This record gives sequence, structure tokens and C-alpha cells, in this order.
Amino acid sequence: MAVLDILTYPDARLKQPSLPVDSFDKNLTNFIHDLEQTMDAGPGGVGIAAPQVNKFLRIIIVDVSPMANMAKTKKRRFKSSNHGRLILINPEITSASGAEVAREGCLSVPDYTANVERPGVITIRAKTVNQEIKNIECKGFEARAMLHEIDHLDGKLFLDRIISTRELFRRKVYN
Amino acid sequence: MDKNHQSEAVQSEVVWHLLTVVGEDRPGIVAGVTASLYEGGCNLGETSMLRLGGLFTIMMMVSGAQSNEALEAVIQPAVKKFNLRVHVDKTEARLHDHKIPNVQITIYGADRAGIVAETVAALSDSGLDILDLNSDVAGSVEKPVYILMIDGDATQGLDHLKESLASLENKGIEISLTPLETMVG
Repeated sequence: MAVLDILTYPDARLKQPSLPVDSFDKNLTNFIHDLEQTMDAGPGGVGIAAPQVNKFLRIIIVDVSPMANMAKTKKRRFKSSNHGRLILINPEITSASGAEVAREGCLSVPDYTANVERPGVITIRAKTVNQEIKNIECKGFEARAMLHEIDHLDGKLFLDRIISTRELFRRKVYN
Repeated sequence: MDKNHQSEAVQSEVVWHLLTVVGEDRPGIVAGVTASLYEGGCNLGETSMLRLGGLFTIMMMVSGAQSNEALEAVIQPAVKKFNLRVHVDKTEARLHDHKIPNVQITIYGADRAGIVAETVAALSDSGLDILDLNSDVAGSVEKPVYILMIDGDATQGLDHLKESLASLENKGIEISLTPLETMVG
């Protein structure tokens, strides 16, 4: 078990697509433990993707429950589904609808946050560590986290999807 | 000396200026200004460049010039070509220290005197630290509409901010306040 180093942009490896996982063995479970530890050690991260720690396999972890708990404490509505900790292997987006704009940051892009537009509701098909196939519907914040992490698997960063504050402004006021 | 302290020391030796440039909006202003700076051995930090009315306005952090006068000399080719006005301030860099906003406020209404002053005073009194503000005059000449958008840090909480804004809503101003939850992944 170990906390792994996180690649930070401009490291070119972050732009590299990752390959599907085909061996579900002890190495995989060990790596996933390390990836979980790395996510939990980071400041306020609700998700992580394997390529962020220099492992180019299609594995993501998403866990929005800390944000859900924080919203509950502050008596604020949390606009999101919450499936707890999801460890997903070879995830695929099977449907996506709606469009929402919200702010994102990234463990691999320190000291920068920006507005990004993402679908508001998605369904994902993925394998678990035990090779079961899961179909999950995610909404809002959780959908955003999921899409942000799947982007990493395709070598994309939120920097590739920024929309300007002024654009947001026009949509809010005139739509 | 560890790596962090070293880089702090290196940063503190770099002289930064805030360069403000204003001129009539014409194609090539940004290219002209940045080319003059680059050719004069200067580097850019954070910048804001936008068209306000018929003027193009540029504010940029610039390093590489040792004095206000030296920077003014470097920018001269662009100043002459585009008939620009220039103002220079010395500044500390304070890079790599962005604050993350936790609230976004959109305010709009029929344009009238005092709309910005009143709303911003109410926000400031209830603990809003403004991180980014931009505003536009939309609508038509006969019926102008003022639109104000703010990203900020609600230092005394959102409820406090909401209460202070309630009094403004009776004055024909529409206000929406959206908590910002930044997703970090």
C-alpha cells in the first residue's frame, strides 16, 4: 500500500490515452488499493483516474460522499446522485443528456479552476474488481466527476473543455 | 534551503510590473503589444484583455523590465503604431495563489444610476470578497439593461449574503445567487 505520485500538467503523459484492463489479478487489486489511498491523501479530491499516477489503464475511482456530507452539514441541497465509492474498470458512457456548467479543478492541474460544461445525467457501464458488469445512472456533481475521470482515460483534461465566464453569463441571462 | 524556499527566493528577485494599456479597438493590438514586450525581453504573468465599449483594454503582469521607465520604453513600438495610452505600476507577483470562489452572483435589471454601487455595497457589508466581476450593458439604446456577474468568496456564509440581498429585490433588480461546489478530480 502506498500513496503514489500524481503527474501534473505539462507532463505529456497526461495527454496519452489509456488501454482497457484485461487481467483481473492480484496486481490489479494491489494497484487499486494504492490508487484509493492516493485519492484519499489528496486535498478535497472526489475522483482519480489511473493515468494520473502514471498507469495507463482504464480505471477510475469516484466518491462524492464527502461533498454530500458537507452539503448536509451546511443544510444545503446537493445537486447530485451519490453512489458512495465507485471503483470502475473499463467504464463506458452509454447515454448522456442535458448540459450543466460548473467549476472544476484537478489534482493534475494545481492552482487553477474553471467553468466546464458537462451533461447533467449519464449512464455508465463498467466492470467491478470482481468482473461484474454494472450499469449506473449518475446525475449532477457525481456525473461531472465521472466524466472528468473518464476524460483522463482518453488523454483529456478539463483545460480542454473550459468555457468563459462571459459565455456563462449570456446563457444564464438570455436562456 | 529546500526546493520551495529556493523557488520563493528566485521569485522574489524578479521585478514585476502591472502594465495597463488602453486604445481604440483595432485589429492587431494584442499581437502588437505582446510582440513589443517579447522583443524587449519581457515575460507575461496573468493578464486581462477585453473590449469595453469602443476601447480595447489590457492589464498585464510583466516581468523582465527593471523600472517603470524601462517598461515604457519597451512598449513604445506598439504605443506609436496603435496610438495607445500606457500606465505602469510596480507590483508583487503573488502567482500560484488563486482563491477558489464559493459563490456566483448574477444581478440584472433596467439600467439606472446606482445599480452597481447599491448592490456591491450590500454584498461587501455581508462579507463578500469579490474575486472576479464583469458587467455589460445589454438591451437597446431606449431600454438598456445592466448585467453584473460576480465570482466571490462569501466569508460570512451564504445565508448572510442572501439576507442582505433580499432588500434589493424590491428595487427592480433580479438577483440569483448560486453556491459554487468545485469538483476536484
